[in-house]
Amino acid sequence: MTNKKFILGVFEDEEVLLHAIENIRCAGTKIYEVFSPFPVHGIDDVLGIKRSRLPIAAFLYGCGGLAFALWMQIYMMGFDWPMIIGGKPHIALPSFIPVSFELTVFCTAHGMVITFLIVCGLYPRMKVPVLDVRSTDDKFVMAIEVKDGVTDINKVNDLLRSNGAIEVNQKEVEE
Amino acid sequence: MQHVSPIREPLVTGGKTYHDITEDVSRQVEAKPNIRWAIALAVALFFLGIFIYSVYRTLWYGIGEWGLNKTVGWAWDITNFVWWVGIGHAGTLISAILLLFRQKWRSSINRAAEAMTIFAVICAAMFPVLHMGRPWLAYWVLPLPNTFGSLWVNFNSPLLWDVFAISTYFTVSLVFWYLGLVPDFATIRDRATGPIARRAYALLSLGWKGSAKHWSRYETVSLILAGVSTPLVLSVHTIVSMDFATAVIPGWHTTIFPPYFVAGAIFSGFAMVLTLMIITRDVFRLKDYITLEHIESMNKVIILTGSIVGVAYITEFFIAWYSGVEYEQYAFINRATGPYWWAYWSMMTCNVITPQLFWIRKIRRSIVATFIITIFVNIGMWFERFVIIVTSLHRDYLPSSWVMFSPSKIDVGIYVGTLGLFFTLFLLFAKYFPVINMFEVKTILKSSSGVPHSLEPEKSMHATTPVTHHNKHHD
Repeated sequence: MTNKKFILGVFEDEEVLLHAIENIRCAGTKIYEVFSPFPVHGIDDVLGIKRSRLPIAAFLYGCGGLAFALWMQIYMMGFDWPMIIGGKPHIALPSFIPVSFELTVFCTAHGMVITFLIVCGLYPRMKVPVLDVRSTDDKFVMAIEVKDGVTDINKVNDLLRSNGAIEVNQKEVEE
Repeated sequence: MQHVSPIREPLVTGGKTYHDITEDVSRQVEAKPNIRWAIALAVALFFLGIFIYSVYRTLWYGIGEWGLNKTVGWAWDITNFVWWVGIGHAGTLISAILLLFRQKWRSSINRAAEAMTIFAVICAAMFPVLHMGRPWLAYWVLPLPNTFGSLWVNFNSPLLWDVFAISTYFTVSLVFWYLGLVPDFATIRDRATGPIARRAYALLSLGWKGSAKHWSRYETVSLILAGVSTPLVLSVHTIVSMDFATAVIPGWHTTIFPPYFVAGAIFSGFAMVLTLMIITRDVFRLKDYITLEHIESMNKVIILTGSIVGVAYITEFFIAWYSGVEYEQYAFINRATGPYWWAYWSMMTCNVITPQLFWIRKIRRSIVATFIITIFVNIGMWFERFVIIVTSLHRDYLPSSWVMFSPSKIDVGIYVGTLGLFFTLFLLFAKYFPVINMFEVKTILKSSSGVPHSLEPEKSMHATTPVTHHNKHHD
């Protein structure tokens, strides 16, 4: 159990927040994380968040689903127990389109969502170390980690205030 | 900064701030249940009781409890199934297609519409499962080798396609809906005062903290989910329509069924969304979020899909005549003038004439008129399925087996029972889940609320001025 200390800058407006992020990063201060009640447009660029690779994962899951569906239908209907139904050929590909499509969507959607939950570390739990509960309501919270002996707390406080933070707090969290 | 559009109507009225949105939506979840809600739940539970009794009779005594006979082997069960699946479509349409089209008005209605989808699909699924007669063997529809050896299910059958389509549709819609709820559950968790509520919403919110990185990934995921759900919505009702279209029964063997069923599904789904939303906005005092603009937009979708459905009815008739197939011609003349004429003309009145009233702006923007018309549409769409199924089956190629169908008490019981099931689930949802997607409404607040935000432009300008200066200095 180590405790992590944070300086929290509370903002009221997302446009002020965006400028503040830009300036604080320019000033060479590392931002630990930004919390907001809703997705803020353009925050990825100013925070330097890389484009998510989830679409690639989704595409691969989709390909997997399609391949599985085609293999399953061709194997079952064409090889394992071939039967003539309504005079159709054993491997009647047009009839296999609906199931193949559905399984593609099924695997894409569920695979991607499960990956999303894993990479974000989201799972049912009791304790959530939320730094400032107002960040799920109407405030935007910027967290800067305090490293003992390295971080100049006063400087960070001033930086946050001069960039439009309405409040600056400190908080310790057990990790 | 507030942006006021000179031409667009505001989507959120009443000069709300971000905090007001949280308050207004969470109020229902946090407050004690009100009496009107409790009465509504009691009524819904009564109908749920009828459902349970009817299901018990069906399972204990068998499908003979239903009014089916040797000619009409599918009647209310499949009518109800298609009707419920159709109703479900509006939810996914609102959450997926309108998201791709960047329609902002979807934000305050998508949550409830998606919930409606989930519950409608649950109701729909009851019918094919019960029609099996032995639902405990329902796993036979999955591609598992059966007890006699390695015989597989038939992948050429549209009924099997339905199994895949409905289960994919249900699970994907459920995941899409739940994922959207997670950030709002986190909001409620952080506001909760009671220990039970805090724990329950802590579990439900999966530890959501709203960090920028999570939001970024979240948006990617929801966009892709919308992208794959859009063709999924269209595919589900297309496949349902193939249950009929691939048969050779006159009146069923129709190539326009897929698009016509999809339009009908959206038509009935929007009608149901409107019916529910008009009640919800009134009971839960959410008139600032579900505005006349929302109702009008949905009414426009109803005009479009209602007209498509109307054209489809006429096209069917025309093609029956033009094809020169006497069985086909008879089937359609029999629909309009035969013993089930009342069902056919109810369908025509409710589905073709009533939605056209929405061309008049005054009706389109009237709450009372909209409510009445949407009820008509729901009734009409039920009759549409009834007409397609029962009138086509009751007289086919062999006049010696022509019969009439009349539902038994159990048939009626299961149908009204699923309404009870649907409303029980919807009422529980409306009480314990945030009915409006708070975080999405917050994102559109600045661009679509019409009135200046609590933060005056001067103040924010002031705050940004040193920033730009600072920036230049560092560059």
